[in-house]
This record gives sequence, structure tokens and C-alpha cells, in this order.
Amino acid sequence: MNLKLHVWRQANAASAGRMEAYDAPDVNADMSFLEMLDVVNEGLIAQGKEPIAFEHDCREGICGSCGFMVNGIAHGPQRGTTICQLHMRHFKDGDELYLEPWRARAFPVIKDLVVDRGAFDRIIKAGGYISARTGSAPDGNAIPIPKEDSDLAMDAAACIGCGACVAACPNASAALFTGAKISHLGLLPQGQAERSRRALRMVAQYNDELFGSCTNIGECEAVCPKEIKMENIARMNRDYLKAALESRKAS
Amino acid sequence: MHLDSKVPSGPIESAWEKAKFEMKLVNPANKRKFNVIVVGSGLAGGSAAASLGELGYNVKCFCFQDSPRRAHSIAAQGGINAAKNYQNDGDSVYRLFYDTVKGGDFRAREHNVYRLAQISVNIIDQCVAQGVPFAREYGGLLANRSFGGAQVSRTFYARGQTGQQLLLGAYQALEAQVDAGRVTMIPRTEMLDLVVINGRARGIITRNLVTGKLETHVADAVILATGGYGNVFYLSTNAKGSNCTAIWRAYKRGAAFANPCFTQIHPTCIPVSGDYQSKLTLMSESLRNDGRIWVPQQPGDKRNPAQIPEGERDYYLERRYPSFGNLVPRDVASRAAKAACDEGRGVGETGLGVYLDFADSIKRLGRDTVEERYGNLFEMYERITGEDPYKTPMRIYPAIHYTMGGLWVDYQLMSTIPGLFVVGEANFSDHGANRLGASALMQGLSDGYFVIPYTLGNYLASTKLEKVSADAPEFRAVTADVEDRVRRLLSIKGNRTVSSFHRELGKVIWDYCGMSRNADGLRTAIDKVRTLREEFWTNVNVPGSGEDLNQQLENAGRVADFMELGELMCLDALDRNESCGGHFREEFQTEDGEALRDDVHYQYAAAWEFTGPDSPPVLNKEQLEFEYVHPAQRSYK
Repeated sequence: MNLKLHVWRQANAASAGRMEAYDAPDVNADMSFLEMLDVVNEGLIAQGKEPIAFEHDCREGICGSCGFMVNGIAHGPQRGTTICQLHMRHFKDGDELYLEPWRARAFPVIKDLVVDRGAFDRIIKAGGYISARTGSAPDGNAIPIPKEDSDLAMDAAACIGCGACVAACPNASAALFTGAKISHLGLLPQGQAERSRRALRMVAQYNDELFGSCTNIGECEAVCPKEIKMENIARMNRDYLKAALESRKAS
Repeated sequence: MHLDSKVPSGPIESAWEKAKFEMKLVNPANKRKFNVIVVGSGLAGGSAAASLGELGYNVKCFCFQDSPRRAHSIAAQGGINAAKNYQNDGDSVYRLFYDTVKGGDFRAREHNVYRLAQISVNIIDQCVAQGVPFAREYGGLLANRSFGGAQVSRTFYARGQTGQQLLLGAYQALEAQVDAGRVTMIPRTEMLDLVVINGRARGIITRNLVTGKLETHVADAVILATGGYGNVFYLSTNAKGSNCTAIWRAYKRGAAFANPCFTQIHPTCIPVSGDYQSKLTLMSESLRNDGRIWVPQQPGDKRNPAQIPEGERDYYLERRYPSFGNLVPRDVASRAAKAACDEGRGVGETGLGVYLDFADSIKRLGRDTVEERYGNLFEMYERITGEDPYKTPMRIYPAIHYTMGGLWVDYQLMSTIPGLFVVGEANFSDHGANRLGASALMQGLSDGYFVIPYTLGNYLASTKLEKVSADAPEFRAVTADVEDRVRRLLSIKGNRTVSSFHRELGKVIWDYCGMSRNADGLRTAIDKVRTLREEFWTNVNVPGSGEDLNQQLENAGRVADFMELGELMCLDALDRNESCGGHFREEFQTEDGEALRDDVHYQYAAAWEFTGPDSPPVLNKEQLEFEYVHPAQRSYK
């Protein structure tokens, strides 16, 4: 099949970007989307042009490096799938595809389709952990954890930190990302000691990074390649509210 | 070069306790005066940086990805072994030790393996405390599953994402230390060289991948945790960015490289579908429990599998290995698939694939049971290939996915350059010639959480380190080398892309130094690699400049190093006139085609020493002693 690509090209954070059109001829249906771009890039290099920069690493849908918008949908049209696992058989001859980077104030563009998601690391740094000094842990079976709780925690922990939720949200909210981590740790007995502090600090950091607020639209859940649920946002809100009220009482 | 393994004397059971007691300690108030560099943020690097930060050292941790959470440890599916014996099925530290030494085909150092087995139990406790959501039983206790190469159920797992969950645990511990101000995390930065002053590792030169700026970092010790070199094959299950540059640069600065030819090929991966293919995806080995592997009896039979009658199929594993059948170990299954394809009996468009057929299981167990056991894997297969494995047999083919070789380290995990430590897949230490399933995660975390915090302290406390500044002539000289290399790569502007060289290199290594090797082939490969390397340095086209994000330039530097490492792999494979584990030399096999080890002449770790760009590397041997587990031949007939 032959495709027409319109790709956002931007040399660096300081310069203005623009859409540029490229042909993607003879695309094989068994290619992954990124392999299709590899071939386009090889062609650009042969023509003496600069290849399109995009982020990727594992190409198995787990590292969370890849991601951009395809015709306005984060990670493209297939549900529950990262762009690296999306295959070209889902497209047809003559399709025109518009590729744009994640668009959010908190994710500045570095080059072309590559954005800076450092804000996510800073949210984790602000409390997305359980303090357990190496070597100080009790036996792994010392605290039985009901399977249901453990499974729910795992559902939230499956987040790959790709940023699709932010890109899809009209408010550029990071509530699903932040809520998933607060849920994962807060659902487990090990996470209780720092539960309030974690919610307060992570939400404060989230606000400092200029992500928008959540207004329960649900685009985040719809595009999440790991199908993380919005109920995690509710858990975050509950933990935050409780912690905020308790900290008022304490002061 | 003198290889001193520094293995403690006395009984193996108490060797690590004894070693820890004999180690010198750094006073708590003095720890903050030491600067430590950790390169890599996967299970080994992330856990090392977090633990050293907790202890109070000044740690700088580097990764080339945009975040430490993306390191390739994240892709490990199956699980992590530990000798907890929670199942009451007879497991013990000694049994895990025994299985690992035997599984490694008697080419690993016994003391390191014993320590690994001991520490395995602490790893699970540590990860549970961090909130890793391991699978649990209804009673709330930890669940286990079985894995290849063991008769006990000792593998802990978090669905099919164990690597992800363990890595996120280490990443969160690391971020907690960043928060505490003990660790400075430097992402999107690649180590391009090591600086050695007065024989000791004292820092690194890095390139900021966004600005292109070269930076110097001075330290009292350097820890490399940069993973394996499977991408020398171009097509592998490794992440696209995984590379050998850090360990290769260290090798060229004096660190011995051990057993480079020990690479592991995994039998059940999705086959290559075309020339554009960029990577291979692994399908869990568990599929072989219920799938039957076959190819057509007649070479060149291109009929649809459904049209090939039972009598014209060859279930070659069941035929050749009647007692183990489809469940022979990884290396045996991989070689048999290659043999069938070499005979022209491979399936799929490329002819490089064999069928893994579930039709009989579906008939016997019903579709529901098969779906319950393998549903997620079938879905993944369909996502990639567009074929429904419930209706048509899966096509699989072996692919490279782990490298047992790496920089040589002693019992303290220190390389032959004092002050340079190597942890995780980047070192050669624990798996010998073949790694057992679910042992890679165990080793990465053992090295990072539990070994390096002791051994690094011992080095710092017992060594007099002079003050060094980033203006030292050694730093300037290495920086100039790096600058020169970047400039050269950008100035060639030839006619071939970096990937075209990488693909060609990968094909040579795969054809001649892959699943089976022979002396003639290896000599051919060495010639081909040399020729290709010469062409690379005169005809590669690296577009763009060195002053911004340039993914082609990053890749060019990595491929240039793979081209040198590929030659050393072939040399090592040529030198080792025996077959063991993942290293199968066609000349050395039993009458019925099994690996033939030579313990009299080759019971050693081959540690290669760089002697200059124009002179051959020198082979140093660390003789391996087997005091506890006695070498025997493996049989699966």
C-alpha cells in the first residue's frame, strides 16, 4: 500500500515547527508503524534529508518510550496498543496520516515527535515510592495480602509512563498517571505509612508541572495502551482530600 | 594480566559472610566525600544507585533513555528465581546453586553462583517491601510457578510483567534517593569513554544526547550496569538502544572481556517477516508445554499447513528426543529448528520458521483451557502477525536474547581495572555458558542491592585515592579522542546508512557465530567483519550535526563498537574447541549430535585483553574449579 504522511518537524525546543508531507510507498501490511517510519527515514537519508526523530526502545509495548498522535489519536487507532505494536494492516492504500508529538505544556517538544516527559519522573520523585532501606525488609510472606488487593494494585502498576493520557486529555491532565501510582502503593499494606504524605506531595508536584486538572472526560482511559482505569483517579482524589483535611487539623 | 578471582577460602556456605566481615568499612560521615558513577539504570544499575545513595555516597547515575524507568530490564516477562522453598517442595540455596552451575554447563565460578543463590531470598523480601505486586494465592501468600531447568517451583512473578514491576521498584527507590539529594540522575546521556588515571578508573566522558555536548565526570569509582550486547546480531529481542559501547570502551581501556562467544538463543520467538524488520519478539517458553513443533517432511513444501496430512509432517523434536520431546532445553530446541530450516523444510514466506501447533491440545483440552493458559500470548501473536493461532499453527524461530559473556570481574565484581565495577548482564560472572530462565532478574538485583554496597565500600576504604580534577591531562586526552571519533563519524558522508551496516554485520554474526559454529565459518566471519568495518569507516552516511539530538549519530557510534566486538566473539568461539551451553561447535559433538564439552582443556573463563588497534588481543585464562558440583554431560534423550 502507499500512504501519505504529514509529520510535525521541529528542529529543537526553541524553533518553530511545521507539518511536512512525505510519501510512504510500498508499505508492507506486516510492518509495525515504527518499521514503516524506519523505511521512510532510510529514504530521507538517501535523499540527503534529515530523518524524522521519534522515540522508541523496546518495541514490545512495555518500556513506554514511544508515542505520538496519529490522526489526532494517541498511539493511533487500535485500542490498548502502543504505537510500536500497531501494525500497518490496520491501514489501507491511499490513507493520509497526520503524525504529531504529544501536545501539553508540561511536555515541551525536543525535536520532531520527541517530547520531554521529565515531569513524570519529578512526580514519582515527590513520593511515588515506599521507603524500604535495602536489607531491612521482613520476610516476603510476613504480611499476607489478599489476592484481590494485590491484583488491583497490579492493574494500576501496569502503567508504562508513556504520556498518552496527558496527550489525549483536553486539559493536558496527568491525573491518570499520578492516580495510578498513588493507587498502586496505597492499595498495599506496605504503602500505608507514607500514604498521606505521598498524596499531598505528588499532587503538589503535579500542579507545579503545569498539568491541567481532571474534569472526568475519560479520553485518558480510552487511549491508555495498558487500559488503566479512571477509578485510580478517584482513589487519588480520596487520598488527597483525606490527607489535606488531616493536615489542616494537625496544623 | 593477572586474574585473581579473590574467592574466599573455607567452606562455600560461609564464604560470603566471611568476605563481608573481612571487608573494610567506610565511616558513615566519610561516605558523602566519595563520588560514585553508575552507568545504566536497569535492575542492576538502578538498584546499585539507590542502595549506594541510601548509604550516603554521592552518586551520579546515567542512562541514555529519557527516564531511568525505561531500561530494558523492563521487558523481562517470566519471573525471578529465589530459594525460598515456600512451596515445601524440597528447594534450598544449595539446590538453586546446583541447578545454576549445571544449567551453565560448568563454565561459571562456583563461589559467585553460591552467593547469588543465598542472596536470592533477600531480593524477594526487599521487592515485597517496596510494593512490587507479585502474584499471590487466595490466602494472601506469594505464589510461585515452575520454569525450565528446575524440578522445583521457585519462580516469583507479576503476571507476564515481572521485569517491569521489579524495575519500577528499583526506579522508585532511585527516585526516592534523587528526592533525598543523594543521587543525581542524568538521563538522555551516553557514556562514550572511560578515564583511567594511574591505573584506576577515575571518571567517564559522556555526550548529552539533546545538546550534543561532551561532558567529563570525575569519580572515585565507576560502576558499569549497561546490560548485554545481543544487538550485535541486529535482530534480537533486546531494545533498539541496547548497546555495548560502555563495556567496549572499558575493554579498550584495559578491562578484560570474558567469554564473548557465550550468547543465548531463545527458541520461541516470532519469525522475521521481511527486510524492514527491526526487532524480534519473544513468546514465552511455556507454550512448548502444549504446542507440538513440526515442519513438512519434504523440503520446499509450501502448502498451507492445514493441507499437509499427518503422515507428511515431521515432529522432529519428538522424533529426535523421545523422552523430553518438545520440552528439551533452549539451546537444543534452537539448534534443531535451525537444522530443519537449513534442510529447506522451514515454513512461512522466508523459510525461516517452524510450526508450533496447538490443534491437538485444543482437541484434547478444549479451546477454553488453551485460552485460559495462553490467551494473552495468542493475542500478542495475532497483534504482530495478523494470524489466529487457534485456527492456524503459530510460526516460531529462534532469536538471540541474552549474553552470558561480558567484562571479567572478580568475586568483588571489580574488573581488571581497579575502581571499575561491573554488575548485571554487563559482567560475565554467574551464568557460565547458558543462563536458566528467571535468573537474569535475580542476578541484576543481587549485584545491585546486595553485593556492590559492600564491595565498593571495601575498595574505597582500602585504597588511597589522590585528588583528581576534570582538567587532568588524562581527561583532556580522552575527551579529545571522543571528539575526534564523533567528528570522523559525521565527516564521512558516504553512501550507506548506519542501519544497512548494522543489518549486514548482524547477518554475518548470526550465520557464523549464532546457533552453531565451525572453525571455517568463524574464520570467514572474521574476514567479513573486518572488510565491513573498513567500508563502514569510509562509506557510512551519518546525516545532521553533532550539536543536537541526532539519533543516527548515536546509532553510528554503537554500530562501530559492535563491529569490533563481533570480531572478538568470533575469535573467542574459534579458540574454544568444545561445545558447551549456548556455544555449539559443529566439530565437537557426540555421535547423536549433542554438545561435547572438553573439561580437560577448556574448563576456564576466557578473559581477552586489548593490546592495541593493530595487534591481536591476548587470551588470559581463569581456571574454574568445581569442588561442589561435579561436571557431567547433560542428556535429554
